[in-house]
Amino acid sequence: MKDTLLEIKNVKAEVDGKEILKGLNLTIKKGEIHAIMGPNGSGKSTLCNVIMGNPHYKVTNGEILFEGEDIVKLKVNERAKKGIFLSFQSPEEIPGITVDNFIRTSLSAVTNKNMPMLQFAKNMKEKMDMLDMKPEYRTRYLNVGFSGGEKKKSEILQMAMLNPKLVMLDEIDSGLDIDALRVVAETVRKLKTDDMSILIITHYNRILDYLEPDVISVLANGRIVKEGDKNLAKELEKTGYESILDEVLS
Amino acid sequence: MKKTIVNDIDFSRYNIKNEVRYSYKTEKGLSKKIVEEISERKNEPKWMRDFRLKSLEIYESKPMPTWGVDLSELDINSIVAYLSPDTKMKNSWDEVPEDIRNTFEKLGIPEAEKKALSGVGAQYDSEVVYHSIKDNLAKQGVIFEDMDTALKKYPDIIKEHFMTKNVTPNDHKFAALHGAIWSGGTFVYVPENVKVEVPLQAYFRMNAPGTGQFEHTLIIADRGSEVRFIEGCSAPQYAVSNLHAGCVELFVKEGARLIYSTIENWSKNTYNLNTKRALVDKDGVIEWISGSFGSHKTMLYPCSVLRGKGAKSEYTGVTFAAKGQHLDTGSKMIHLAPYTSSKVLAKSISKDGGITNYRGLLKIGPNAEGAKASVQCEGLMIDEISRSDTMPIIEVLNDNVDIGHEAKVGRISDEQIFYLMTRGLSEDEARSMIVRGFVEPVAKSLPLEYAVELNRLIKLELEGTIG
Repeated sequence: MKDTLLEIKNVKAEVDGKEILKGLNLTIKKGEIHAIMGPNGSGKSTLCNVIMGNPHYKVTNGEILFEGEDIVKLKVNERAKKGIFLSFQSPEEIPGITVDNFIRTSLSAVTNKNMPMLQFAKNMKEKMDMLDMKPEYRTRYLNVGFSGGEKKKSEILQMAMLNPKLVMLDEIDSGLDIDALRVVAETVRKLKTDDMSILIITHYNRILDYLEPDVISVLANGRIVKEGDKNLAKELEKTGYESILDEVLS
Repeated sequence: MKKTIVNDIDFSRYNIKNEVRYSYKTEKGLSKKIVEEISERKNEPKWMRDFRLKSLEIYESKPMPTWGVDLSELDINSIVAYLSPDTKMKNSWDEVPEDIRNTFEKLGIPEAEKKALSGVGAQYDSEVVYHSIKDNLAKQGVIFEDMDTALKKYPDIIKEHFMTKNVTPNDHKFAALHGAIWSGGTFVYVPENVKVEVPLQAYFRMNAPGTGQFEHTLIIADRGSEVRFIEGCSAPQYAVSNLHAGCVELFVKEGARLIYSTIENWSKNTYNLNTKRALVDKDGVIEWISGSFGSHKTMLYPCSVLRGKGAKSEYTGVTFAAKGQHLDTGSKMIHLAPYTSSKVLAKSISKDGGITNYRGLLKIGPNAEGAKASVQCEGLMIDEISRSDTMPIIEVLNDNVDIGHEAKVGRISDEQIFYLMTRGLSEDEARSMIVRGFVEPVAKSLPLEYAVELNRLIKLELEGTIG
């Protein structure tokens, strides 16, 4: 399994004593784009939080192997340093800390070295141009007063600068208008290298038109219940989750 | 104005304990005899001796305050009111005894003086041990003296201004205490239209355990003058309580501008019960910059009395309370004349069970037509066990005024910490970043070196390292 990046084996996880993931298995290959679809409350966001190590979510069983190493006991920042990145649905506001300052600090924390100022400025400009972000964003306080679209772009900008191995996009399409969605999705596609895997969490197909997934998994009731190629999304759109659930449960 | 140099923070330098060598000290506690001894030893005029005794009577007649911090463990009878180091005041650092000089060197005072100060006073326990002013200022008529010397050289000015029309012993119990046993401190007079470009600094150091420091600062900025004054305070950590009850009286005359900055870093066994007030005449400006990091308990509310038309005041404060600390700080803005304006920006941070409270008063008198005022006070708690509160009191007796007010208290959320950790920051670094962001509006308004020191102090408190 040389080309496996992430392997989740029979993971059970709970929040406030309530079990959400009930023996989940999932494999993501290096360079793969993998979409997770599923009804509300099926555990999609929980899955992202568990992979990232949010202490609010307790893993009670199973293994999460990242490049072959079990990361269940690692702290959130240690996972970030290994190259795991989560793009938040609604990222927190951090008053008083500029986007620029934040990304510089984050970059040096993740890479353990300081990027020369000029190089940093050049990279920021390049990525912000791709995302159609005005230069003044660099000096705004992180996510403070940002619109929904601006927050998503800010998340993708961070991803672009940190260049992780595994990117989890948690509902990146929610709250974006069609133009902003296209810009974000196209930027993600341009930024994606052969070494980067992407896990997309979504309700809708629209983003999948821009970011063609190699694999689609359906998450329901805390387990992956079906796996297929990109045609599965079309099928789901026609028939809804109900039919799949019926099929699986019968 | 030129920037001063403030060295990197290293807590060990605050904790230097020198052997206590004194030429004279009073017995513990407070009595008529002790007050007379202090006055006699200082060879003071009779009016000052009488003033001290009168203050003592007032002190004894006033009850302990029952609001603010809990003072029930402060035992005045175990405090040595006056302790004079075994040296006379010097005008050259070379003549200051070695251990005392070393202490001030570690605090960076002589170096800062060389680089960026117009004058320096250094007080060690009850007496000023070093005082010096640059020649060019003296030639322009600027007076910068230690208070005991000023009392001898300028008795009329001192008699007129010393706790008579600004702060008085009747104001509260600790002002009365100060009046009775004050010692040391600084007198500054800036003549009309003289602009002191480079700041003056006074540094107050308590070395002996179980003592009190009661320095008196009197500054008169005459019409159209400008001056910036910096005070620093620190003491080593002892098991017994120390008491600081200083008094600052500022007179800002017509069109004058005074910036008064304080970085207070008393050791965590010190009671800091300080009184500061500025009387501001027409078009005069007072700016307070106040950083409170140390002490066991603090009650400190710098007050601006805007009594001349168009007078202005700004207060910018940061308060940081850690374990075992209760810091009750704020500002008082009293608008007595038309078109006066004031602005308060106060941020407080509490961690490890520390308590901060913003207590402020904004008062607009009936004559303050067209006054403008804004108060913004915010508290941030770093963990579940710390506390923070805000009590901004606003009294308005004139309808034609413009007032803005915002008070907020919040706690760092787990979600914020998680978010920052997903970007590679450790939990401590995440907290530190949120706190730095929180104080950013204050840091921005500080002189650069203060902002740097503030950030270092936060890093040190939260991450245990100096980055």
